[in-house]
Amino acid sequence: MRYDIQLTIDYHYDAPSDHARNILRLLPLETPQQTVTARLLTVDPPPDERRDQQDFFGNAMTTVAWHQPVEKISFRLRARAERHPQPVSDLSAPLADLAADLEQAGLEPASPLHFLGASPRIPPEAEITAFVRAALPPAPSTRAAVEAIGRALHEVMTYDAEATDVGTTPQAAFALRRGVCQDFAQIMIAGLRALGIPAGYVSGFLRTYPPPGQPRLEGVDAMHAWVAAWCGAAQGWVEYDPTNAQWAGEDYITVAMGRDYADVAPVRGALRSAGGQDSTQAVDVIPLDTPTPG
Amino acid sequence: MNIATAAPDLPEILRGYVPQPGVADELFDAQGVMRPVWAPFIAQLAGLSAEDVAARFARGEQYLRDAGVYFRLYSGGPAQEREWPLSHVPVLLSDADWQGICDGLAQRAELLEQVMADLYGPGRLVAEGHLPAELVAQNPSWLRPLVGVVPRSGHWLHHLAFEIGRSPDGSFFVLGDRAQAPSGSGFALENRMATMRIFSDPFPRANVRRLAGFFRGFRQAMEDQAGPGRRMAILTPGPNNDTYYEHTYIARYLGMTLLEGEDLIVRDGEAMVRTVRGLEPLGLLWRRIDSEFADPLELNEGSQIGTPGLIEALRQGNLGLVNALGSGVIEARAMMAFLPRISEVLLGAPLKLPNIATWWCGQPLERAYVEQNAAGMMIGAALDPALPFAIGAETVLGGQFRGSASPGPLPEWLAREGSRLVGQEAVTLSTTPAWSEGRLVPRPMTIRVFAARTPEGWTFMPGGYARIGKSDDTTALAMQAGGSVADVWVVAPRAVAPDSLVPGSSFERSPPGILPSRAADNLYWLGRYIERTEGAIRLLRAWHLRLAETGDRDEPRLQLMSAHMAARGLNPDLPIPEGLALLIGAARISAARVRDRFSPDGWGALNDLARTADKLAAKVSDGDDAALAMSILLRKISGFSGLVHENMYHFAGWRFLSLGRAQERADGTLMSLQAFADPAAPPGTLDVAIEIGDSTMTHQRRYRFGPSRETVLDLLLLDAQNPRSVLYQIAQMRHHVGKLPQAGSGGRLSPLERALLLLDTDLRVFGPSDVTPAQLDDLRARLAEVFDLLALSFLR
Repeated sequence: MRYDIQLTIDYHYDAPSDHARNILRLLPLETPQQTVTARLLTVDPPPDERRDQQDFFGNAMTTVAWHQPVEKISFRLRARAERHPQPVSDLSAPLADLAADLEQAGLEPASPLHFLGASPRIPPEAEITAFVRAALPPAPSTRAAVEAIGRALHEVMTYDAEATDVGTTPQAAFALRRGVCQDFAQIMIAGLRALGIPAGYVSGFLRTYPPPGQPRLEGVDAMHAWVAAWCGAAQGWVEYDPTNAQWAGEDYITVAMGRDYADVAPVRGALRSAGGQDSTQAVDVIPLDTPTPG
Repeated sequence: MNIATAAPDLPEILRGYVPQPGVADELFDAQGVMRPVWAPFIAQLAGLSAEDVAARFARGEQYLRDAGVYFRLYSGGPAQEREWPLSHVPVLLSDADWQGICDGLAQRAELLEQVMADLYGPGRLVAEGHLPAELVAQNPSWLRPLVGVVPRSGHWLHHLAFEIGRSPDGSFFVLGDRAQAPSGSGFALENRMATMRIFSDPFPRANVRRLAGFFRGFRQAMEDQAGPGRRMAILTPGPNNDTYYEHTYIARYLGMTLLEGEDLIVRDGEAMVRTVRGLEPLGLLWRRIDSEFADPLELNEGSQIGTPGLIEALRQGNLGLVNALGSGVIEARAMMAFLPRISEVLLGAPLKLPNIATWWCGQPLERAYVEQNAAGMMIGAALDPALPFAIGAETVLGGQFRGSASPGPLPEWLAREGSRLVGQEAVTLSTTPAWSEGRLVPRPMTIRVFAARTPEGWTFMPGGYARIGKSDDTTALAMQAGGSVADVWVVAPRAVAPDSLVPGSSFERSPPGILPSRAADNLYWLGRYIERTEGAIRLLRAWHLRLAETGDRDEPRLQLMSAHMAARGLNPDLPIPEGLALLIGAARISAARVRDRFSPDGWGALNDLARTADKLAAKVSDGDDAALAMSILLRKISGFSGLVHENMYHFAGWRFLSLGRAQERADGTLMSLQAFADPAAPPGTLDVAIEIGDSTMTHQRRYRFGPSRETVLDLLLLDAQNPRSVLYQIAQMRHHVGKLPQAGSGGRLSPLERALLLLDTDLRVFGPSDVTPAQLDDLRARLAEVFDLLALSFLR
């Protein structure tokens, strides 16, 4: 499936921010699962500094900085990308044998080892560990374990945009059994890692379907987050969306992958500002091909 | 071994000095014979009377107190400052022992450098199986954003510290490597200064190798690295850090600027310092903050002490760092399990100085070995950089959990979490003499050795720092908190030439220093808080004198005073209100943040003031008693002001301190005039204004009659000769602002100069009867604008 993607993020500061400097991870990634044919990120007001680089994991990383105080900043992304279907066959290692596969792993950016232990925002959490152990079918393949845990989490969690914020820990969100995609993804990652399954945080876009008979509304969506899990040398990485309890197939477009939100935050930035700030986000995912029936 | 100690010719102070069997001792060799390097020192110490020894030790301690040496404890509760725990007797090492240590550690430093280059470069060690990938990937100090970033100098490591001990066979071994931001070299200097005051006799101190040459070489190497014309500075996490004192001390000693993360800004890939002159480029930072906190944009996002964009400056090759970010990765205990093999791989030679035997429990054979030998091991976190004698939550010693955690039976724990754990041999340390109740007793010790990279290779600080255990337990347990620190003397066969940081009699002026805006801000506020404190003390004294006189709080004059006090945050119901302690506290906080910029005496005077105020607050009563107490405090605070204003060099920093004082004095006087020189004020309040304006004598001499509202306004507002008047403060501020950088440009006045000139002019042309209460309000508002302009131009 091919998509045109439009994203606008606006920041407004109560007091002009002095020496604003941001790192953006907004440009969609080229992966075996998706092809990016065009991508453009514009920034307004034009920054005094801009550098486009790749981070350790290979994500596109754009650094922007302003030398004069700014009151408003606007980031605009236009991209065209094609997402290929995920393989449906289960080639994954039995969960019990995953550790043996991991012994071959090194330190290259795609190595599952980066995604196995605690990361800054996802420490091990006993309650989540107990939950995922209970949710596990007997002697599963790794892929089956990923799906079982994703489904079980979806069962017990309620989507609630008000219950948590960007700084809520997986532990706190799980205690509430409420949250948004970021919470779903981080809890699932904590659970998978507790079972020895390397798991990463994926940020990107999700195509949404209008209610039957209604037109697609523009700009009502936000960025999305889901989970990548490593299922052994033969299968490699698979992507699962616990918020919607489904494999991240043709409806998804990946922007960046890292250990947790901190690695892939769309806008990371420090600013010296006395007052508060607010931001708005508008996302449009426009399918270019005729949707397949059903 | 006790043969020798029983020998008749041993001095009294060694009576009962019995090294333990199977333990090496620094004073006596394995045959029980005193090592020659100690003989002259012991002879000298033995010749001193008990009183003399006590007097000398007191001299050393007095030095440390005078110098203000302290360290900070994080103990769950509010951070506390502790006096430096000096063990008075140094550890003596022979040149031969020292040379062996240096040879071994030079090789180790080179090895660590190559490991760093590999972990942040090609990754050969992991790819070829010499180091488990997991130990790197899981290590929170391995910083992915730094992978592929080659330091500008081409080297990752420039300053290292090693914790070493002596094993029972007499050889030295390494207990831990410090590469993140090694601390202690400044404390080593203070150990030396204090110990040399205790053992001040020309011999044997003449043979002790000096420390200054090490710092000279290190500073020169940093200067070379910074590049021509580029500044170098020390980056500190700030006053809440446990070794902040050392950062201020080293900064003063080496003449380097002390910066905090917020002093820096990265612009176009260059690290710049925000100074009162504007942005100044920086060539090198000696980093005393942990890497993870250095850049909130790419590392720990919650860091409040870092500089956004610092990694970008490193990527673009515009900034040198001592040491490179990410160097903490090689401090992990588990590295010790692999370094012996890695030495063979990278250097083609075994380690000259072994490190403590370590087994990573992520490998089945090693795990089994640790489990079987748990009785003789410390088992703890593999990636923890802590030394083997630090007890963490999960530490197992002799097969028993010693920390707060209880993860279940040892074998299951090892099987479950082995890859997170290491076993380290429970080492036996050597003992060295420590003074206890009139004689020497053997105590376990480790030595911290500091190394610096210079163009000639790695150099080592000859001695300076040993930890001394608190009991005779040599299994390293005694080395936990509660021990003390001693100087280490490397003793040459003959006298060593004296040395200092600046060799010979050469004369060279330093280039002008820079004043970071943050430091200027703190100095300014220090000036203000000190003056505000003084004003509060004068007000309280005037209050208590009148209270003693009348005893009637309802008298109109006293009512006005108590309302005025309340408006200044001074509760008139208490003899010494809490508000006073808060003001002194605020002054101390400002002072603590710029301790590198004023003398230890000034800091001491400020602490003395705080202590005295606390003591007095607990016991004085209203009236004469409290008035007397205020006079005591007034003398103490004058002592501080005198030290600062008489002795502080007139750098830009002093001008900000003086600006703060002048501004506060002007504002305080205006407030006092608003209240006490109001036409509607009750009788007797003009005297109060004159008294708290410290102008009683002057008033008597200057005016025939009075006081009247006119004489008071004339003297305290408009008199250019009275150092307490508002006009005088404005003139002072104009003078200081005129000496600051970026004053006016192109012959034009800056907005700040203009505002001050207008105030100055008005006050000079006013007559005392022209000044209405509304004009006093206006003057205060204009003075507040002066502060806004000052802050805009210099303080951010």
